[in-house]
Amino acid sequence: MKDSTEISLSLARPDGTLSSKLKVALTLGCVGLLLLVLALFNIGLSSQGGLLIVAISLISIGVFLYANGLYINKQDGIKNNGVWFKSISSRGTIGWVTGVVLTTFYVVLYFYPKLLGLGIDGQPNSGLVALFDPLSSLLNGNDASQWFVYGTLYTLAILLFGYKFILKYRGNRYQQFRTFSVMLFQLGFAFLIPEFMARLNSNSFTIPSYDLKNMWPLSYDYFDQYSVDEFIQAGNIGLALLIFGVLSIFVISPILTYKYGKRWYCSWVCGCGGLAETAGDSFRQLSSKKLSSWKVERWLVHIVLVFSILMTTAVVGTYLGDDATAYWLTRKVFLIFVAAVLTLVFTLTMVFKRQELGKDARYGAIGFFVVILSLFALYTFGGSSDLLFISSGTLRSAYGFYIGSIFSGVIGTGFYPILGNRVWCRYGCPMAAVLGFQQRLFSKFRITTNGGQCISCGNCSTYCEMGIDVRAYAQKGENIVRSSCVGCGVCAAVCPRGVLKLENGSLEGRINSRDILLGNNMDVTKFAENKSE
Amino acid sequence: MGKFSPNLSTLYQMSEEHVIIIGNGISGITLARHVRKLSSKRITVVSNESNHFFSRTALMYIYMGHMKFEHTKPYEDWFWDKNKIELVNGKVIAVNTNHKCVILENSDELKYDKLVIATGSKPNKFGWPGENLKGVQGLYHLQDLESLEKTAQNNEVCKRAVIIGGGLIGIELAEMLTSRNIPVTFLVRETSFWNHVLPLQESEMLNNHIANNNIDLRLGANLKEIKGGENGSVKSIVIKETDEEIPCNLVGLTAGVSPNVAFIESTDIETNKGVLVSRFLETNIPDVFAIGDCAELRNSKEGRSNIEAMWHTGRIMGETLAQTICGQKVEYEPGHWFNSAKFLKIEYQTYGWVSAVPIGTHQHFQWKNPNEDKCITLEYNKDTLEFIGINTFGIRMRHDIFDTWLTEKRDVNYVIHNLPKANFDPEFYQRYENDILAKYNKQLSTLNT
Ligand SMILES: Cc1cc2nc3c(=O)[nH]c(=O)nc-3n(C[C@H](O)[C@H](O)[C@H](O)COP(=O)(O)OP(=O)(O)OC[C@H]3O[C@@H](n4cnc5c(N)ncnc54)[C@H](O)[C@@H]3O)c2cc1C
Ligand code: SF4
Repeated sequence: MKDSTEISLSLARPDGTLSSKLKVALTLGCVGLLLLVLALFNIGLSSQGGLLIVAISLISIGVFLYANGLYINKQDGIKNNGVWFKSISSRGTIGWVTGVVLTTFYVVLYFYPKLLGLGIDGQPNSGLVALFDPLSSLLNGNDASQWFVYGTLYTLAILLFGYKFILKYRGNRYQQFRTFSVMLFQLGFAFLIPEFMARLNSNSFTIPSYDLKNMWPLSYDYFDQYSVDEFIQAGNIGLALLIFGVLSIFVISPILTYKYGKRWYCSWVCGCGGLAETAGDSFRQLSSKKLSSWKVERWLVHIVLVFSILMTTAVVGTYLGDDATAYWLTRKVFLIFVAAVLTLVFTLTMVFKRQELGKDARYGAIGFFVVILSLFALYTFGGSSDLLFISSGTLRSAYGFYIGSIFSGVIGTGFYPILGNRVWCRYGCPMAAVLGFQQRLFSKFRITTNGGQCISCGNCSTYCEMGIDVRAYAQKGENIVRSSCVGCGVCAAVCPRGVLKLENGSLEGRINSRDILLGNNMDVTKFAENKSE
Repeated sequence: MGKFSPNLSTLYQMSEEHVIIIGNGISGITLARHVRKLSSKRITVVSNESNHFFSRTALMYIYMGHMKFEHTKPYEDWFWDKNKIELVNGKVIAVNTNHKCVILENSDELKYDKLVIATGSKPNKFGWPGENLKGVQGLYHLQDLESLEKTAQNNEVCKRAVIIGGGLIGIELAEMLTSRNIPVTFLVRETSFWNHVLPLQESEMLNNHIANNNIDLRLGANLKEIKGGENGSVKSIVIKETDEEIPCNLVGLTAGVSPNVAFIESTDIETNKGVLVSRFLETNIPDVFAIGDCAELRNSKEGRSNIEAMWHTGRIMGETLAQTICGQKVEYEPGHWFNSAKFLKIEYQTYGWVSAVPIGTHQHFQWKNPNEDKCITLEYNKDTLEFIGINTFGIRMRHDIFDTWLTEKRDVNYVIHNLPKANFDPEFYQRYENDILAKYNKQLSTLNT
């Protein structure tokens, strides 16, 4: 049964014409993109450097002018007029076409880089990849790879659309600061520093080119043998980096998440989050807010986490020896250690947080026992490196293929215009699952609801990129304490009644379910708490 | 036999009381949810507006393209079934209180044990000449939005719109039309926008803000008549004071709302402007109640009006009446006044009571930022210094803190010094408490000398 009005109201389309300024900007940007496409077919490649500069400049000027045209003369305030009328941002034709193009790009990038012009077996690059050779050799001294091309475009997207976002949220310093932060981390830590590190390499000294902000389990290859070898071969610096990596996930990140919630990473530092928040901002309203989506989300993201823990454990197991006399850290010691850590976390959670978890505790327990059983199997049967007869190598490549490439790349970014800009972060990222677990149970962060002020308008839920039904909490006067919240703060920005505030407060009273909202002083001596909703 | 042996759940339902609620707005729906939480009574909600509850306050965002209609529904469609709240799409045309039944337009009859009238409001019309022409409308129901979509789809169909009445809905309509680049003339009877509610400092700030948003604001202007063209559509309006004629394709009537109770007037349920109710929200007829915009208290709490056409009032009445219907009779007891609104880009919140002009022993302390649209007004008793209320524009503040301070009867000194505790702006926002305190201290010292 559809509400009749639903249909007639969605038909309405105000005139969708762009101002001439915006048209010029759009044209410039498209010409820039077109040059890249032409390069793909080796057209105009005679002067690579020049062409690259022209293409990137056109794209940049295009986005810059477009953002200015949209926002620069406007007052502070929310700029969501017409979001659901525009084809690109409401799953219209342009939205779908963009989705298909992006998805195709990712498939080619991950699986057919040759099509982009990557020179295989020592052949020189051609096409799009060759176009980036001059920039690559300028930065790291080598020819470009498809990943260099991707990295450059990725960084460019974050910088340009970050600029647009900062203009859009003029008057909101939280939004501006965090966007500036992701722009900085992307440009510096993800793009430039690793390239420069690569440049430092010589015959006598190698250092892995390494993005300091990357963390296991998001960087699932962090503890792969080749990666660990690289660190160890780089001597003291490498060892320090390796230790830093371990500390980041096990010490630094828990402390920061405790103090600020997972937002410190997801919407201030992370590169995936960075792209989602900038280039993906126009698609945040497309995430599904259905209860059913939430259910899918919780299963999927935790399955990926379990998968990544097992995979990593198995992979690390392969290169640890069995001989305790050679090195104290043997495969078996390692497995016992992992099992012990997991058991400790599980027990502490069950003892102290069982109430808060409610029904979820059961699922958590199932997940935990699956992991422990697998580890046990690995321990007993794994003379080789098998996990229940699947070799760790197979596990590792399956993870890389399905999770690393298909999920995080093709679906995660390619589907922006269809499923919203945080598909990967919401349904797939194991890092988000770890941080979220902690945020839900042991963090000072919450979104505070302002007493009885909510008018249930729905702006907050609509613009939540993680698909959280913020309104469901706000209209009950209940704080939002959810593992998936990345703390982007857009709900608080778009709320027309000043109902939401992201804050770090005391753990006491963080979750404050109440049945009668502030503003009602009725005298109910024996108000029955009977939740059938 | 089959026919005479109803299954268990029907039996169970038959033994339960049947609560019928007319109106699926915030008041009716809050009531239904709370009755469901407290009991297993049979609940039926009747409405002729939409199949499912949606948020009226979000109507403007649909027109502006921030949301689609589906986003304004606070509960997913399966919610009602799951919670056994029956929904009937139909219009109630009569109530028979002797036989305890309501009669729908399609002549269905529904028998009730308890009846709740929660039919909300309708836009005011004051008998202006031409007020029923095509293109003249209010903004209240979903259907109003549909007709707006036709009359004011874009600035080619609608070359100019005139809005009559400078209240909260009027300013929303102005913002809506401006979002589609439709030129707006805004007739406001008062000499300054909303100045019967807001102190001058704030009202004047809004005058400027409205003008800065390219809205042609006409203060002190009343409507004389609406003129029609050949096909029965509006052609222009005439201003009473100046006889100026303004051509337009849309006239928005936003001069307030009044209870939507026409169909009750033929029954023996007593009405005045709204359905008259006691402090327990009971009408003069047993087992018939009224809540929300359509209810008129026979004697309201001191300082509150008998009719409060407000979202929060509807919600609080719904929460309260659920207790009474479920057997624990409680009085409607709203707490300290609070409200919020948004005037184009400027957010407004209020806690406690701030009058436009303080009277008697009451006095105002005011602060305004010289560069931005931010200001506050505190009302207090100049003899006892008791804090009475605050208006805040462009700075968000905490409801629970002010509620506590009002209950504790804090003095204005305390409030000003503890203002940082009440701040609810997003992190990293500029703070103004020191500035406010400085102005307060300065004012204090000039007072004392
Ligand atoms: C545009 C707009 C913005 C607003 N913004 C705010 C705000 O920011 N803050 C605030 O506090 N308040 C605001 N309000 C006021 C607030 O929305 C109302 O006070 C509130 O919705 C009233 O709720 P209610 O449940 O009493 O009635 P309603 O929401 O009006 O619900 C009554 C329902 O009953 C139906 N009905 C009526 N008669 C019959 C009948 N005979 N048979 C069947 N069904 C019938 C109606 O069609 C309607 O669906 C706003 C109102 C509007 C129009
Ligand atoms: S919290 Fe704000 S944005 Fe969300 S529903 Fe309530 S009033 Fe609307």
